Formats: sequence, structure tokens, C-alpha cells
Amino acid sequence: MDVTLMVVVVVVTALIFDFTNGFHDTANAMATSIATGAFRPKTAVAIAACLNLTGAFLSVEVAKTISGGLVDETLINPVVVFAGLVGAILWNLVTWFLGLPSSSSHALFGGLIGATWVAGGIGAINFNAVLNKIVLPAVLAPVVAALIAVTATYLAFRVSARAEPGRVSRGFQLGQRVSASMLALAHGTNDAQKTMGVITLTLITAGMLAPGSAPPFWVVLSAGMAIGLGTYMGGWRIIRTLGRRVSDIHPTQGFSAETTSAAVILSSTHLGLPLSTTQVCTGSIFGAGAGRRMAAVHWGVAGRIVLAWSFTLPSAAVVGAAASWLAETGAVGVAVVAVTGAALASGIYVVSRRNAVTAANVNDIPQPSADLAADLAA
Amino acid sequence: MGIDWATLAAIAVVAAAAAVTVVLLVAFAIVGFSAPSGRRIDGLGDGGVSGARAAAVLCLVAAGLIVGYGLYLILA
Repeated sequence: MDVTLMVVVVVVTALIFDFTNGFHDTANAMATSIATGAFRPKTAVAIAACLNLTGAFLSVEVAKTISGGLVDETLINPVVVFAGLVGAILWNLVTWFLGLPSSSSHALFGGLIGATWVAGGIGAINFNAVLNKIVLPAVLAPVVAALIAVTATYLAFRVSARAEPGRVSRGFQLGQRVSASMLALAHGTNDAQKTMGVITLTLITAGMLAPGSAPPFWVVLSAGMAIGLGTYMGGWRIIRTLGRRVSDIHPTQGFSAETTSAAVILSSTHLGLPLSTTQVCTGSIFGAGAGRRMAAVHWGVAGRIVLAWSFTLPSAAVVGAAASWLAETGAVGVAVVAVTGAALASGIYVVSRRNAVTAANVNDIPQPSADLAADLAA
Repeated sequence: MGIDWATLAAIAVVAAAAAVTVVLLVAFAIVGFSAPSGRRIDGLGDGGVSGARAAAVLCLVAAGLIVGYGLYLILA
């Protein structure tokens, strides 16, 4: 297949992945702010979208490798990247449909692992790196965030118990506007850069850009626009899960959760051990829920989220492997993967409309088991 | 290659210190601003209310400085 055409296909697929990354992760910054009324739903996603776009322009440092050493980088070509992106996009859509937060980065790595496995065999996968860079941080990040959030929330309730409840709510709602905005900005600097890296490294691999080049302006702009637009779409199903299904979130808990998430994400990034934004934020929200009253947390929801996390890497890998196997046959294979992927994505979207979650009903009191059953039956 | 436990511990300590400090500062500020004006409040004399408000402002400024440093880290 013509290299230029394949690069175009990869760029378009990467931007679609960036878009799904945006709406999948809106909940990280805004779920509790929407649940507590700190922001109106539409205002929240508009602010998050603007800050994600701004964040994309603030950080354009391109990663040196696409997979971060998880696979043999010499085997990564545009076809492998395309197949990996397809696996990640489909997993993002499945988890969005089920309203479950999961790491878009882990989905991307899973897709790339599966695609590289097909391209180079099992020896091309660095399982030690997968364990240390993906599996262990995935276990530890939410636990650390939850423990900090439990402490912060408990202390915040103890201290503010002396104040008038209405003022406490209003005060922490104001605080949430700042903490949620910081999270959205941090997300833009981290996640838009991920897609920029994929596109830039693909352009370098294809010889269209000199090695070591910074991302061209059109790459920065398109990646920022894609994640911003995705963020503005809202990802309301996941927002409802994190904002309403974990616990009945009070502004004190929302502020504690967001502040904890921002502190963990910023310290981990700057101390050189980046952790998944989604897993940190989810852990913080559960911790903040437990910081008020353990029994008020819906631990069944936590179980479903952990299940989704444990399936993220293998599921995206299976789809990535299948896509790679087909795409490597040539232009027809790439077209089949693209059409099949588009058909599956459209199918998920159409089915989701039968039980739509929107800005209008995102804060409705949930009935987790009934809603999930409706989703699955639809 | 193993996980960098020292860095992970450092992240936990720094993040816990920053998050708990900011949350507590904002909580104290809210308590300070909740002091009812025009009358005495528990444990405070006549100047207690204005003192509580001044302390609340200081708490907010301190929290703002930490948040500002976080913003600097994002932008840097």
C-alpha cells in the first residue's frame, strides 16, 4: 500500500482516537463538579474543552517512542500503529457505552501490543516492561489516590463541621471550579501530546519529517481540536458513573477528590513516573466517597470498573492483533479494517441512543443495576 | 527492570502533603468566612470575627500559592 496514503489513514485514525480520548476523559476533571452543581453540565464540558485545547498548545514535547519500550519499536510501522489505534478506539467506545472509566493510554498500548505481536511474534513484546509500566502502576495509582483522598476528605469534613452548611457547600463549590479547571488543563498537556507523538513519529518513520522534529503546527492544532471537541461532546455516561453512581458526592468530597487527583498527577509527572489520569481520578473519587462514610460508597461499581481495567490491555490487544493481521494483507485489508471499525463504532453509538445519557439527565438519581441491565439488553 | 518504589513513595508523600494542605487551608478559610458578623463567636473576643476573617484570607492566599505552583508545573 502506498506509504503516503497509509500515513493519511494513520493520521485520521489517530485524530479519531484523540476524539474518543477527549469524551472518555471529560469525567476525570468534571464528573464531581457536575454532580455537586459547581458547574452546569454544558458549562463544565465547554470549560474542559477550552482548557484541553489550551493544554495541547502548552506542551508539544514529543515522546521518543510510540510504545514507551513496551514492544520492539523497530517493528512498529504505520500499519501496526493503525491497527493499534483501531483496537484502542473500539475499547474506548465499549467502555464508554458501559459508562466505565478506563485508561485511553492503556487501550492504545494494548492495541499496539496486539498489533506488534502479529507483526513480530511474542518475542517482540517486553512483558517485563508491561508489568512494571502498566500493570503495577494500574494497581498502585488508584490505591495511592484513594488513600490520600480519604484522609483529605475526612479532615475537611471535621474542620468544616463548625461552619454553616450552606457556606461550606458554596465555598467548596467555588474551590471545585479551580481544581476541576486545573485537572482539565493538566489533561490537555498530557493526553493531546500523546496523539501528537503518534502522528509525528509516524511522519518521521515515513520519512516525511526529519528525525527529532517538533510536531508541525497542523499536528498540534488538529490534535488539540480533536481532544477539545471530544471533551465538549461530554462522555455523559462516564460522567454519570463517577459523579452519581460512586456515592452521593458533596462539594467537600468533590473538592478533595479533584485536589488529590491534581496533586498526584502533577507530582507523578514531575517526579518521572507518569500515572494514568483516569485511574488516579477514579481512585480519588472513591476515596473521597469513603472519606465521608464507607458504607455510602457503591463498591459494586468499583468492582465493575476494576474488571474493565483488567480487560483493557488484553481486549484492545486482541482487536489490535486482528486488525494488524487483516491490515498487513494490503490496501484491501486496511479498507476492511477501517470499514469494520466504523461499522462497529456506529453500531455502539446507535445502541447507546436507546438509553441515552445527556447533559439533561446526567444528574438523575441512578439505579446502577437496572441501568446496566438496560444497557446490556439494548 | 523493576518498579521504582522510591519514586512512587515520593509521589505519594508529595501528593498527600500538597492535597491535604490545600484542602485543609480551604476548609479553614470557609470556617473563617463563616464567622457571623456583628456578634461574638465561640472562643473569640470582640475582635474575633475580624481576626477569623483575616486568618481565612491568609489561608486562601496560602492555598492560592500552592495552586499557583501547580499551575507553574503544568505550564513549565
